[in-house]
Amino acid sequence: MTNPFSTEAAGLQGRHTSERIFKLSGLAAIIFAIGFLAIMVGSIAWTGSGALRESVIKLTVDLGPENVDPSDVDGASYRTIVRDALKASFPDVKSRKDRRKLYGLLSPDAALELKQYVSNNPDAVGQIVDVWLLASDDADIYLKGGVDTSLEESQRKFSDAEVAWVDLLTANGQTKRQFNKRFFTNGDSREPELAGILSSLVGSALTLVICFVISFPMGVGAAIYLEEFAKKNRLSEFFEVNINNLAAVPSIVFGLLGLAIFLNFFGFPRSSPLVGGMVLALMTLPTIIIASRASLRAVPPSIREAALGIGASRIQTTFHHVAPLALPGMLTGAIVGMARALGETAPLLMIGMVAFIADVPKGFLDSATALPVQIFLWADAPQRGFLEKTSAAIIVLLLFLVLMNLLAVVLRRKFERRF
Amino acid sequence: MNKDAHIVTSFDNDLKTVETLVLEMAGLVEAQVNDCVTCLLKQDLELVESIRASDKRVDQLETEIGDMAIRILVQRQPMAQDLRAVVVALKMVSNLERIGDYAKNVAKRASVVTELTPLGSSNETISRMSEIVQDMIRGVVDSYVARDKDMADHWRHKDEDVDLIHNTLFRELLTYMMENPRNITSCMHLLFIAKNFERMGDHTTNIAEQVHYMVSGALPDDDRAKSDLTSSITVDLDE
Amino acid sequence: MLNNSVESEQKMSEFVKTLDENGPIIQAKGVEVYYGEKQALFGIDIDFQKHQVTSLIGPSGCGKSTFLRCINRMNDLVDIAKVKGQVIIENQDIYSKDVDVVALRAHVGMVFQKPNPFPKSIYDNVAYGPRIHKTVSSKDEMDYVVEHSLKRAGLWEEVKDRLHEQGTGLSGGQQQRLCIARAIAIEPKVILMDEPCSALDPIATAVVEELIDELRERFTIIIVTHSMQQAARVSQKTAFFHLGNLVEHGDTDQIFTNPQDDRTENYITGRIG
Repeated sequence: MTNPFSTEAAGLQGRHTSERIFKLSGLAAIIFAIGFLAIMVGSIAWTGSGALRESVIKLTVDLGPENVDPSDVDGASYRTIVRDALKASFPDVKSRKDRRKLYGLLSPDAALELKQYVSNNPDAVGQIVDVWLLASDDADIYLKGGVDTSLEESQRKFSDAEVAWVDLLTANGQTKRQFNKRFFTNGDSREPELAGILSSLVGSALTLVICFVISFPMGVGAAIYLEEFAKKNRLSEFFEVNINNLAAVPSIVFGLLGLAIFLNFFGFPRSSPLVGGMVLALMTLPTIIIASRASLRAVPPSIREAALGIGASRIQTTFHHVAPLALPGMLTGAIVGMARALGETAPLLMIGMVAFIADVPKGFLDSATALPVQIFLWADAPQRGFLEKTSAAIIVLLLFLVLMNLLAVVLRRKFERRF
Repeated sequence: MNKDAHIVTSFDNDLKTVETLVLEMAGLVEAQVNDCVTCLLKQDLELVESIRASDKRVDQLETEIGDMAIRILVQRQPMAQDLRAVVVALKMVSNLERIGDYAKNVAKRASVVTELTPLGSSNETISRMSEIVQDMIRGVVDSYVARDKDMADHWRHKDEDVDLIHNTLFRELLTYMMENPRNITSCMHLLFIAKNFERMGDHTTNIAEQVHYMVSGALPDDDRAKSDLTSSITVDLDE
Repeated sequence: MLNNSVESEQKMSEFVKTLDENGPIIQAKGVEVYYGEKQALFGIDIDFQKHQVTSLIGPSGCGKSTFLRCINRMNDLVDIAKVKGQVIIENQDIYSKDVDVVALRAHVGMVFQKPNPFPKSIYDNVAYGPRIHKTVSSKDEMDYVVEHSLKRAGLWEEVKDRLHEQGTGLSGGQQQRLCIARAIAIEPKVILMDEPCSALDPIATAVVEELIDELRERFTIIIVTHSMQQAARVSQKTAFFHLGNLVEHGDTDQIFTNPQDDRTENYITGRIG
């Protein structure tokens, strides 16, 4: 009794094998892709996570009357107080050169921090207190284990003396690591331990606001006109081809366009979010138009017929029925376009948003920079401390993107109506 | 009438089957009528049994065709000529069945009549009448097969002759009965036999009308001359 | 005596009314439609009587839907479509220059093949027409119009407790009746139906057919259908289209029992013509 339904009987072996091979290779491709993504994001996250911690050194500072005049707290030389405290901790360091190195254990901002501390705690004036002060980037890297002490001294930036000092401080419990708030509240800085992401984050946000405000209404309007009103003829075909081509134009070309038109011709302020947003809007426009047209086309014609059939005019049909149904798709398209704009560097370089901006921009006309440009700048910087900052900035950028995509999903869910 | 094939072949087959069954039934009924005439005129009483037997088959065919027609109505929801064909088949079979019944009745009476003395020319008259009825049935069935409404109309009008003969016979038999009450028994039987043939003619006429309807979609609009006067014939005893 | 004269007066006015109602409300004269180079309809001449249901039947692509869409100028939406001839509704040629399509469509409602309620609440679906045509002035009046229309569409009892739920959440048959309610809310003279039951199950179809029969009292209905049984059931007149021509037009009973044209016969009996 042979089984007529067995694999052998039908000679199906070969077909099953090819199916298995196809499935396996598909799976392999996905695992490969996910693996790469995981390695990339993982390594960036690993490096970047360092930037979230900063090292601080505890010093006993003398805020006595000879150092700080209680009537003029701000006038005191905190720089000297800090240096004295360091000197006091390591009394055997005598030479000028060594002392300068010793001072280098603390960030140049340490004095400012002490001043801040005093103004927050006026009671401390006239007393001897212990304060935690920000370590310099070199000390920070050493504390995070970023210095290979097995190397010869001449081959590394952090000398044996510095190693010894920091080790001593650590042994005395005078060093610790804490959460790096500064990274999120500071603007850019020449000192890696002081550099923060806020200015570029705000710059990006302002730029995107301009970009959205310009490109969304224009893109949606153009899409609605082309899709619902324009007659299908050679002219509209010509527009369509050109819009599709625009979407594929390299972004640097838009930067050049912005430079030539917005800056040189109209004379808008250089490196401002306004111009950046306008350039990115130009770049995003085709994407939004294409996405909006696609979502308009996805609205079933039966809805249009229904509205027209009871005597709605074309504009009523479009704005009462078709556009609301297409809105989630349009928003998604816009946000995807925005996300792309967020990651753009090239056009911003052309319009001068690449400058070193330490201050957080307060308006659309202030000089600003953007996240990807900041990453570019830090990646380019010579100090080792910027390495982890770069990675951290990338993580922030990625989170920003994820947030935007999440927003797109939420909006689509919220407004999506089934028909 | 349109004879193009249906898209659904089995629909064609169903209609064909109905037609075949109707023709089989018509053939049987025709034979029954022929047999009853033979039975009556040639006193061949053995045929009575054969008529009875085929009457069973006729009844069976009537049910069969009825079921088939209903099935077609349910399954195909026929329209226009198909609808007419099915409805006409339904009506035809009940008419044919009635004709068969009358033939059976004639055959039954034949056994009684043969034992009685023939009266005047009544046998010849009945024979003439039955010939016309037989011709009519044959002709109408042929017109059904040929889908020919003119032919159907032609045979429909023959019923007039049957009615006229029936009138004559009615008067004649009435006279015999008045002449001699002994004649009443045979007269009554003959009268019923004549009446049966007259009814057969009427049913055949109905079938002819149905054929006309099936072919043209409308019933024949001319009023056929109604020649059966027997319902108003009186014979004055004082005459 | 007095009674008699009142009665006769009543009879007279009824008679006048029937005269009025029996006149054709729509007359198509030599309607031709071209899609680009291709001619889709060839000189259609047909009258539609008031308060009657007329079925348009014929094989796919015969032009019956195209013709239906000529009556409310839905063909205007197709860029390449061109209509010649006249369609006269109540003595007005709807293809003349001074006819506004929007106003026309307020008088000639349409129900489509696939139920297409707006993705809005049931109430808003019905209220949309009156709202854009500004035929009602107050909220109370609108409530009345919505209720009345839903009642006439036989949907009120089923939806009265959930008027503010999505119209798209109803069953297919209910959606189609909602579309009918939406169409009658603006009190059109004519309702065009393009295969209104082709997406419905037999029960929902029966409900819609019953509704069509009731609506006939107030509206003139033209219905395109592929189901000949449906045409036979719901309509008083039937028109058969074939290859862009109006082949036969007459009483439904006659068309389905005794069509005069061989093409009609072949179509309705399912023969290979």
